[in-house]
Amino acid sequence: MATTITKTETLVGKRIRRREDPRLITGTATYVEDIQLPGMHYAAIVRSPHGAAKIRSIDTKAAAAAPGVAAVFTGKDTEKVGPVPCGASLPDLRVPHHYILAIDRVYFVGHPVAVVVATDRYLARDAADLIEIDYEVLQAVADPEKALAPGAPAVHPEWPDNTAFNYHQEGGDIDKAFAEADVVVKQRITSQRLVPNAMETRGVVAEWRGADRQLNLYTSTQIPHLVRTLVAGMLGLEENRMRVIAPEVGGGFGSKLNVYAEEALMGFVSMKIGKPVKWIESRRENFLTTIHGRGHVDYYEVAAKKDGTILGIKLKIIQDLGAYHQLLTPAIPTLSVLMMPGIYRARNIRADIVGVFTNCVPTDAYRGAGRPEATHGIERMVDILADEIGMDPVEIRRKNFVTNEEFPYPTATGLIYDSGNYAAPLDKAIGIVDYAKVRQEQAEARKQGRLLGVGLSTYGEICAMGPSPATPAGGWESATVKIEPSGKVTVMTGSCHHGQGEETTFAQIAADELGVDIDDILVVRGDTAIVQYGIGTFGSRGTAIGGTALYFALQDLKAKVKVFGAMLLESDDVSFSGGQVICNKTGKTKALAEVAGASYRAMKLPPNTEPGLLATHFWEPPNFTFPFGAHIVLTEVHKDTGNITIRRYIAVDDCGNIINPLIVDGQVHGGVAQGLGQALWEQAVYDDNGQLITGEYMDYTMPRAHMMPWIENDHTITPTNVNPLGVKGVGEAGTIGCSPAVVNSVVDALSHLGVRHIDMPLTPEKIWKLANAGGNN
Amino acid sequence: MFAQTFDYTAPKTLDEAVKLIGGGAKALAGGMSLIPMMKLRLAAPEHLVDLGRIKDLNYIREEGGALHLGATATHYDVESSALVRSKCPLLAETAAAIGDVQVRNMGTLGGSVAHADPSADYPAALQALEAKIVLRGANGDRTVSAADFFVDAFTTSLGEGEIVREVIVPIDSSGASYQKAPQPASGFAMVGIAARVKKAGGKVTEARIGVTGLTNSSFRATAAEKALEGTGGSPADIQKAAALVAQGADANSDIHASADYRKHLAGVYAGRALSAAIGRAS
Repeated sequence: MATTITKTETLVGKRIRRREDPRLITGTATYVEDIQLPGMHYAAIVRSPHGAAKIRSIDTKAAAAAPGVAAVFTGKDTEKVGPVPCGASLPDLRVPHHYILAIDRVYFVGHPVAVVVATDRYLARDAADLIEIDYEVLQAVADPEKALAPGAPAVHPEWPDNTAFNYHQEGGDIDKAFAEADVVVKQRITSQRLVPNAMETRGVVAEWRGADRQLNLYTSTQIPHLVRTLVAGMLGLEENRMRVIAPEVGGGFGSKLNVYAEEALMGFVSMKIGKPVKWIESRRENFLTTIHGRGHVDYYEVAAKKDGTILGIKLKIIQDLGAYHQLLTPAIPTLSVLMMPGIYRARNIRADIVGVFTNCVPTDAYRGAGRPEATHGIERMVDILADEIGMDPVEIRRKNFVTNEEFPYPTATGLIYDSGNYAAPLDKAIGIVDYAKVRQEQAEARKQGRLLGVGLSTYGEICAMGPSPATPAGGWESATVKIEPSGKVTVMTGSCHHGQGEETTFAQIAADELGVDIDDILVVRGDTAIVQYGIGTFGSRGTAIGGTALYFALQDLKAKVKVFGAMLLESDDVSFSGGQVICNKTGKTKALAEVAGASYRAMKLPPNTEPGLLATHFWEPPNFTFPFGAHIVLTEVHKDTGNITIRRYIAVDDCGNIINPLIVDGQVHGGVAQGLGQALWEQAVYDDNGQLITGEYMDYTMPRAHMMPWIENDHTITPTNVNPLGVKGVGEAGTIGCSPAVVNSVVDALSHLGVRHIDMPLTPEKIWKLANAGGNN
Repeated sequence: MFAQTFDYTAPKTLDEAVKLIGGGAKALAGGMSLIPMMKLRLAAPEHLVDLGRIKDLNYIREEGGALHLGATATHYDVESSALVRSKCPLLAETAAAIGDVQVRNMGTLGGSVAHADPSADYPAALQALEAKIVLRGANGDRTVSAADFFVDAFTTSLGEGEIVREVIVPIDSSGASYQKAPQPASGFAMVGIAARVKKAGGKVTEARIGVTGLTNSSFRATAAEKALEGTGGSPADIQKAAALVAQGADANSDIHASADYRKHLAGVYAGRALSAAIGRAS
């Protein structure tokens, strides 16, 4: 397709179909598992079957002698590899040394103990069974509250209180707020551990090219550049001798915003055996060893006036950390603290976090990362307060919303909310559902013994993570745009989208700015040898930060195009639009391809101008962005079985300007699916020995298509002024808005029976008991 | 899938298969339970004998006033067969309630029956239908009633070297229904109730109730059956009978459903199954 078409139609804001989908849905995309290299070896990892045990001895002789086995390594061999890094820092944080293979003790079921490398993956797996490990099994502790109890088994013997850190934050005058309160409501609220289940499990291919002193690491990650920096450090390899490639990444949801032992381990193995080695995580390993999400026990107290005015919020978070810190583990609950006031004018807060070690796989960022827990808490507490003072849940929210005049709004937790119009999505959602009518239906149904519920959440969240001072690794993002000599455009983004659709949205932005056809734009990401340093995709930052970096790179590039265009047109008064440089005096034009060709041919160069058309921009955001929205859920609770039917699901989200409404709706749908998963079905359940008893799809209830309600999507648009695109981010909104709306709805259905709170997941048996006995669970 | 090493044979005739089965050799039908167990190395048969190529095992036919279903008829075959749907709709309804489309395309009647998962769906229907299960061993065929076949969790009266050859269900004028409370993750029955009712002169003349998922083995709820027989089958009669289904049952308990909840569900779903069955009885 020619690049010289004059374009008047803009693409931003249109429902453009995802350009990446054909290869994804036809099974022709290249994932880590699809990487085939000559001489490939395969790794099988032997893992602890115990929650806590001492390793008395490991006998690898039989495995090493098994057919096809090239090498066997244990913790003694890998001892000198640097520890799995924790990027988060908190005052007095206790950081256990996280060896890539256990040395003399295992801390959770799935803890890697040895690796067998063979010419064939089946031979590797068979040989793994031949490794004999003599364990002295110890008492484990898998529940964070039990771990804090006196006399609990110590996860790490050097810290018998199992406490990794205590964190305290205050804003305003919390004691005064509680002294002045007419009413105080208290509730213990849990956000259960969840298992992130990306469709593609983790996987690594490491290829050591000894002659080149070069390590190529293919890994399914959201953060290739950070993996390079950190894994090179672990291996003692110069960073510029390492190339990290994230080929197609089949979902991450935060679970691949990490650096894992296996990434360094495969690098170590390949460097030792001088052959490429592949490890693909099984689904069972995914359940046991990829980070989990959530894992909160929260104690809330809210002080208010009789009229519903919220005065202050106290929150104590008991965070189940698992046995180690992964990349961001201890930082996640601090995000909950930041978000604890929600979108309400709560000027006084006090928060305490206890980070607790347990004999479980570490928790870390999972879609929403700290904000779903906080939003669930505040949205539940607002309903509990409304119930206490006999106020409608809609009215109490309106009463406490930060008002439009107050933006930029400084919160009691130290944030500055950029922009908002909190009543707008609520009004829209109420209009869609016809709130007065559904309340009337509910009252009538109740008379007939039917249990209908109406629940809402008016959530806020923190997106576009984030300004560098507020993030562990730099919070900017980078983009390079090149116009090739033929006029084709290549975008190289430091973001590392893995399903979100930036191959389409970034092309929309570039097509509009350059006035070229979208099919002339290639978006490249995920290869540290090709793309300039970048941070990655997580925390709803891809478009708000990566897209903004792209926007600024495009502005720089457009200026260069104009310089070359002016030279060709022999004019000093030109403009650039519709893919052409135009002489403002004569109306003569030069198409972008011609200008590009001239810029590389460089027969003539304008003064002080380099040949070529390339621009790079590293953009540092001045603030987070703060999207918001309102979800309303209508439920029916079936008294005889405890089953819950979702009668309607209305999601009105405000993520600022929308680049592609189709993709935004898809993000909301996926987010809501994961929110429903937490609200209704999913739970990582460990028994007292640290065994994960929901470690397979046979027992872990993943949301599936047939379990989804119809989601009625809508939007309001309140642009941010944090970035010139006016976009806020939407990757996590669905998840954050969902769970409290569902639980509020079901509690509402049962509220006349004395039910005030129900912890997730809302399993049928739990609901059946409450529907038939009443009271709290 | 990283199963332990095993041999694989796909015989073309039943006689060949019978010669191979036994010892370390296990029959593979649809593989919907065996393969996942092998994947996790919870099962490690030395030899798999694939029954899938034996034409003589894959049939559904009417013979002597009964339906005969070969062991390798898939759940999809059973749910979609015009013959089963018209002559024994209970079995088609039960097959349609199993797992998901992929499982129903692969899983087989004989495989499910032989595996005897305590939460499988078919056993409830086969108990209610008083089905006969024909087993083939080295000494030929023998026929066992469903009641005798299902012994305990994953335990049947299949002898060493025997395989399930076919299932025989009666064709009659009863009304029937299968109702289940699926375990949300796996889709297996936390409780599944198959009810089969004959009516004459406004009275229930015969009631058969098969129960799965509740205990370690499927069973017939005979006390509930007796309570319903001779009544007019009113909602009150149904409720009275349904309440007896779980009476005295040593109910299973897991994270999805405690014993008490399972017993309660048994009553609820028995009520639903009986109402539907009575409504369908001519």
